[in-house]
Amino acid sequence: MSSDPYEAIIVGAGHNGLVCAAYLARAGRKVLVLERREVLGGAAVSEEVIPGFTFSVASYVVSLFRPRIIRELNLAQHGYRVIPMDCAFQPLHDGTGLARWGDPDRTRLEIARYSPHDAEIYPEFSRAMTRMGQLAAQIIDRPAPTGLSWRHARSVRDIWKIWKQLDSREQDLLVKLLTLSAADFLDQWFESDILKGPLSASGIIGTFKGVCSPGTAYVLLHHYMGEIDGAFRSWGFSVGGTGAVSMACARAASHFGAAIRTGASVTDIIINNNRAKGVVLDSGEEIKAHAVISNLDPHNTLTNLVGHEHLPDQLVESLGRYKYRGSSGKVNLALDGLPDFTCRPGIGDHLRGDIAIAPDVQYLERAYDEAKYGMFSRRPFINVVIPSLTDPTIAPPGCHVMSCFVQYAPYELAKGPADWDNEREQFGQTVLDTLEEYMPGLRNHLLHTQVLTPLDLERTFGLTQGNIFHGELSLEQLLFQRPAWGLASYRTPIKNLWMCGSGTHPGGGIMGASGELAAKAWLRANR
Amino acid sequence: MMESPFFARQKPLCESMRWTIWSGYYAVQSYLLKHDLEYFALRTAAGLIDVSPLCKYLITGPDSRSLLCRIMTRDLSRLAPGRVAYTCWCDPDGFVIGDGTVMCEGEQEFLLTSTDPSYAWLMRHIRGLDVDINDVTQACAALALQGPASREILLSVCSGPVGTLSYYHATRSEIAGVPLWISRTGYTGDLGYEIWIPTKSAGAVWDALMASGADYALRPAGLKALDVCRVEAGLLLQHVDYHNVLHALINDRKSTPYELGLGWMVKLDRTPFVGQSALRRLKKPRWKFIGLDIDWPETEALYKRHNLPPALTSEAWRTSVPIYLDSGRQHQIGYATSGTWSPILKKNIALATIQSEFAKGTCQIEMTVEHTRNTVTARIVPPRFFNPARKTRRFE
Repeated sequence: MSSDPYEAIIVGAGHNGLVCAAYLARAGRKVLVLERREVLGGAAVSEEVIPGFTFSVASYVVSLFRPRIIRELNLAQHGYRVIPMDCAFQPLHDGTGLARWGDPDRTRLEIARYSPHDAEIYPEFSRAMTRMGQLAAQIIDRPAPTGLSWRHARSVRDIWKIWKQLDSREQDLLVKLLTLSAADFLDQWFESDILKGPLSASGIIGTFKGVCSPGTAYVLLHHYMGEIDGAFRSWGFSVGGTGAVSMACARAASHFGAAIRTGASVTDIIINNNRAKGVVLDSGEEIKAHAVISNLDPHNTLTNLVGHEHLPDQLVESLGRYKYRGSSGKVNLALDGLPDFTCRPGIGDHLRGDIAIAPDVQYLERAYDEAKYGMFSRRPFINVVIPSLTDPTIAPPGCHVMSCFVQYAPYELAKGPADWDNEREQFGQTVLDTLEEYMPGLRNHLLHTQVLTPLDLERTFGLTQGNIFHGELSLEQLLFQRPAWGLASYRTPIKNLWMCGSGTHPGGGIMGASGELAAKAWLRANR
Repeated sequence: MMESPFFARQKPLCESMRWTIWSGYYAVQSYLLKHDLEYFALRTAAGLIDVSPLCKYLITGPDSRSLLCRIMTRDLSRLAPGRVAYTCWCDPDGFVIGDGTVMCEGEQEFLLTSTDPSYAWLMRHIRGLDVDINDVTQACAALALQGPASREILLSVCSGPVGTLSYYHATRSEIAGVPLWISRTGYTGDLGYEIWIPTKSAGAVWDALMASGADYALRPAGLKALDVCRVEAGLLLQHVDYHNVLHALINDRKSTPYELGLGWMVKLDRTPFVGQSALRRLKKPRWKFIGLDIDWPETEALYKRHNLPPALTSEAWRTSVPIYLDSGRQHQIGYATSGTWSPILKKNIALATIQSEFAKGTCQIEMTVEHTRNTVTARIVPPRFFNPARKTRRFE
């Protein structure tokens, strides 16, 4: 048994765990990060799955990562490189396609082919969402109020101040965003179902809801909070894959003196008199520490590592109700060339951004219908990116990496989650069939297909039920309710056991905010 | 106005129709509506920039080396064939006329590049020398292939020892059957090459590079993207960061090499050269060329006062911005001449000229937000923000 007196052990080297470690180490604290896998990054990971091809195996684009963290941890010096995307492209069945560009006039002309009305409303919509995104960014950049009583007056006042910045029309808009479905919200702006397709799709990502389910408008907002160099709602590719973001965090953490161990699977948190004292590895090794900070999701942390016997009954009940319900899968393709999209042949800048297979709202809702009854969508929403067109380091010359985020792929299949092992192959084929409707001949270029079902996401990345956000981003699971009432301060009922993953405020996406805020809260409590 | 040898190729690619005039040539500002993806190509893959408008002089003859030694502040007496030197040249009072590269193509053959036309200045110093000066600006096209993937792209199109070419070395080579010179030089501060091509065959070289570069995410890049890169690299731009003394109306617009951070290229103990004795006297500079790292939290706070998020243009700027000792703007100590938000470094940076005595610590730079003048603290740093190891890496 080693007796290293670490001040904190961080369980899990996801990007949040690494950000947390870097902040603690920067403050001069002795920190150890333990990662079960041999690679760092958790779900923000790059892996050379076949020689020469680097996949962003799980998460695949970056936008939400907080600029303050980049600055405070000097991540640019440690290799953080994100290239913004200029286009969101939506191929359609009828041989046409809609591309939305960084340039507003270019976008207006594209949308006008489907609806002159929407073409003019779109900039207004973007302005409103950007404004909401800026305000929401203020919420994600500070700890959530841990309750609504007078004891939490300060943090409630902060939220109140943000609310006060809004004029009455904006307050109306915000309430609608928090309550409506993505489809209903967009109906208030637009008439074209085609334009509403990819816009509403942002509202369902990572949730087990349909575009017509109330609450999905908020998820849409969550995807508008991202910013790159002050440009809100812009998304980008991390050079070297999303794992490079994690590696930059890891290098920053090491630079500040944190120790990082891979291949170190934590099987237990040592709890004595309701205090966390360290961890036990699967090798039997015990490592003592003054505090344990878990980057795992609430289920893995509190149910698997702590155990319900250490928790109050009420909390166990809340945790049981906390919704994971993974709804998406991932298909990564290695290609020896790129086939044409029927609607826009050739390799142009429309392929260098985000490509959405989301022809209209009905298509998305139909995809959800099947998922409700325990089937994966026969024609799913697919978010395709081809990062190798922008970043030549991830594929051999002339070859490409195509990353496909696929929804719906419900964790709970009709025959149970274990059935995914039987359905994996068919799921992959469904994705290829769907894509081939828009880019015939795709299969002729296939060198390798990697299919990740929600069950695989759970097994490989420890994402409970395959939920990519460590729990759905629905209003009842946000702010002081993330992950449960009374548990939003990154602390747990076990003394010196903290949480810093996406299951805490402000939630998922490669944001780093949970790691940062947890670290800062811990440092305040342990001066 | 003149069309560059690549004009016919650039025209259909220049979606933005954003052109400018560079030395009498049409030059692309940015091919895309916004330059940022061209910038990112330069920094993370590769960019191809037409630099044909650079003034180029082929200096040949038994005394060509003597001429260069007589004019240039650097000692070029031992510049071997296949080597390139970055140098400046001064007037007899020791003020800088221009800066550029000298590529030694043979014992008696040199290619000089400069921003301003320099033929007359060269001719003024040939008395008694057996030397030929040939203005090859039009006869010699030039492409800058810059960025981390530039070497691999070159290797895919040409033979010869290009792969092992060291920093500031040059070699004869061939692309698409066209004999040409390739130097490992550039204006981006990164791994990169410049290719010097006989104009009549220039198109074929562009085509070969673009075709092969497609596999490496190569983009043609315009001057806007280049400008961001050169500020990050801290590379001077004539007419922006300093003035050619021959065009300076007042003394305050004249700079010595020491004031421009080019003191390292002045070799005083050697054969006579123009400005030598004056430079001996001018060694203690009044001004210093510095980098500024402009404080971001303060910038954010400034914008917050107007209820705005910080909104910086992603283009580099090149206007004169005052620098003060104090936030009350009472005591001006210098001026910034160019700057940019660096998307790679995530820093707001500038290049500036400042009184030598104040050239350390911090200063206040003027910043206008919503029509209101303010100042923001800036840290004074060496003007070399971006300097990756690969720029000078030796390849075996």
